[in-house]
Amino acid sequence: MKCRYACGTKEHRIARRSFLGTVAAAGTGIAVGGLGVFTRPAAAAQLAAGQKRIVVFNMHGGLSQLESWDPKPKTDTGGPFRAIPTSVPGLHISELLPKTAQQMHHLTVARGVDTSEDDHGKGAYLMMTGRRQTPGVDYPQIGAVAAKTLAPEDSPLPGHIVITPGGGGGRGGDAAYLGPRYASLALGNGNPPPNLDRPGSVTDIAEAGRHNFRRSVNDRFLSRRRTALTDAYTHSYEQALRLMAQKDAFDVTKEPAADVDRYGKHDFGRHCLLARRLLEKGVTFVQVSHANYDTHNENFDFHLEQVGEFDGPFATFVADLASRGMLDSTLIVVLSEFGRTPNINLYYGRDHWSRAWSVVMGGGKIPRGSVYGATNANGTEVTDGKVDHGMLFHTYLQAVGVESTGTFDIDGREMPIADPAAKPIEGLVA
Amino acid sequence: MPTDPTKAAIANDWAHGRPLVSCRIDPSGRFAFAGSEDFTVRRFNLADGVNIGLAGHDSWTKAIAFSKDGAQVVTCGYDGRMIWWPIEGDAPQPVRTVEGHRGWIRSAVVRPDGSLLATAGNDLVVRLWNVADGSLVKELPGHEKPVWSLEWHPEGKFLMSGDLGGVLKQWDIDAAQVARTFDAKPLHTYEGGQQVDFGGVRALSFSPDGKYLAAGGLHKGTNPLGAVHEPLIMLFDWDAGTLVRSHVTEGIPGGGVWSLRHLADGTLVAASGGSSGGLLLFFKPDADKEFHRFGLPNILRDMDLHPDGARIATAHHDGHLRVTSVAAG
Repeated sequence: MKCRYACGTKEHRIARRSFLGTVAAAGTGIAVGGLGVFTRPAAAAQLAAGQKRIVVFNMHGGLSQLESWDPKPKTDTGGPFRAIPTSVPGLHISELLPKTAQQMHHLTVARGVDTSEDDHGKGAYLMMTGRRQTPGVDYPQIGAVAAKTLAPEDSPLPGHIVITPGGGGGRGGDAAYLGPRYASLALGNGNPPPNLDRPGSVTDIAEAGRHNFRRSVNDRFLSRRRTALTDAYTHSYEQALRLMAQKDAFDVTKEPAADVDRYGKHDFGRHCLLARRLLEKGVTFVQVSHANYDTHNENFDFHLEQVGEFDGPFATFVADLASRGMLDSTLIVVLSEFGRTPNINLYYGRDHWSRAWSVVMGGGKIPRGSVYGATNANGTEVTDGKVDHGMLFHTYLQAVGVESTGTFDIDGREMPIADPAAKPIEGLVA
Repeated sequence: MPTDPTKAAIANDWAHGRPLVSCRIDPSGRFAFAGSEDFTVRRFNLADGVNIGLAGHDSWTKAIAFSKDGAQVVTCGYDGRMIWWPIEGDAPQPVRTVEGHRGWIRSAVVRPDGSLLATAGNDLVVRLWNVADGSLVKELPGHEKPVWSLEWHPEGKFLMSGDLGGVLKQWDIDAAQVARTFDAKPLHTYEGGQQVDFGGVRALSFSPDGKYLAAGGLHKGTNPLGAVHEPLIMLFDWDAGTLVRSHVTEGIPGGGVWSLRHLADGTLVAASGGSSGGLLLFFKPDADKEFHRFGLPNILRDMDLHPDGARIATAHHDGHLRVTSVAAG
């Protein structure tokens, strides 16, 4: 990909200011988002205090809204689970979420989500990018947008991290025209990036010499032929060095044993604790994936298993962010690619359903302890407060102070940060 | 009554308006009780098919048991509640309600002497209750995954409990401790790609002579979330505690065993439900494969044997209770 931007150019600085203006005006008194102004440790501490963050819990496969945020007990679609009261008077959620129920005063449930897309891949794309997939065009995911708009320029850690349930790792292809610098760094099963330790045979002097030589050669080359790829190349080297110095950020075993116990010693508990650690270390965007909810067969047993695993660590995470004063600066989102059918099929399963499902948000400017939108008695259609992926995407960004109706300057071309045909949900970020 | 499964035929087919999830026939053979997705338990009169609803649960009812004298039925729901009802009457009302478990009760069986009711489910604890007054007698903790099935040995000294993980415990009731553990792990699947536990010991049955213990469920769960799995029954020698054979099937890519019963001649009946439909499978203990299979018109979810030994009731997703005759001649 040819260069579509030039970090540090006058035009780029202006463009960045245009969409960061709202953050600066958000009452913190400091500009957040990496203008490169705050580079001294004292200022960095101040910056960290106002740093906005987003954490997304991605419930892969399609979480059933009926077994989570919008139960319909004792109806033809309700299934066997009951609804339980929460810490918000009048708000009931599934009995599969007893611990989360006690944290609902921090959260908002959007119950009127209609994305009209029942395909896994397309549904995931529109929920993560806020736009419908279009041939020949690719859009950056929310993590890449957050990293570009919110992450400090000189952050020693990547701005976009995805914690996946399985193995693997490396960089994702999810930044589109924002460039590889904002692509996700995947931590397979919560493991740190590989090769963080310098080989013992390389001395400090040798290491410094190697990098000085690399930088001088790079500088000469970049003065003539700068592209997005060369920028990313250079950045990745420098970030790798900073990562090596910050490797403890990825080491969840450094957390207190009591916290490990509170989150649970299974993978998802460890991933949630790692997410908390990364956010506290200054990572701008963390996605925690939980799988698998694609329950065409035996939906209730699998939700019992999966939501049961999700409930405790997630509730602990929300409570911790609240008690640590991080909720004002951190947006929490729980989403899927779609929900599941109100109809219960022959195999006790529920199938793909995008016409009436739920997304949960909390923190930032999102109201605490509320419900937005509603479905009918048996959950088959939205009756109030219908929202879609585009509106949600705007809302996520505005909840952390990004003026989502602004544009990116991509090599002189204005690219809307979010779908210009959509607007934020006024009731949530007005 | 002499039986011949190869002559299986549907004798009765009665509809309720909502899907059924369970069924048990009372000791007198007059009624079949079936849990429904509408939260009621339906009492079907086996003479004419007329059914009435027992409404007392806040969830589905999967576990149903009877007092030995046939006077009362105990319905055990996914709400953790146990309700004693009179079997007779035009509109039975609860005799007793006990909050027995935290979460789903998946299985309930009465000891052959009629004294104790054993129940178990998602809270991992097997509980024993006095059938006469509903009082708690003993708790048997120890399972690490939800308990799916219970069955008493015909002599009544031992209780078997099987869980999602394929752990099958033999409890010495007097000592309130595990006497033996059978390895039924092949009935459990952990599918790493989908990150789910699946299967479990879903059904248990002793042969009439007490020589064999059959444990049923499923295997080959290559796509648990997509209903791709095959029926599997593990047949154990009771005295030796060893596996005699695994009953397997061919051509049932979407099946799992929901219930097991033995006919008087030792034939094992397995009720399989899944994307391959509703099937009754008939096995002899000396062969791996079934000697006969009988297809039902709709996917089934539970099965019980009539006290006459020749009629089989099945509960179906289409809301029908079907009675299949396997009488000889």
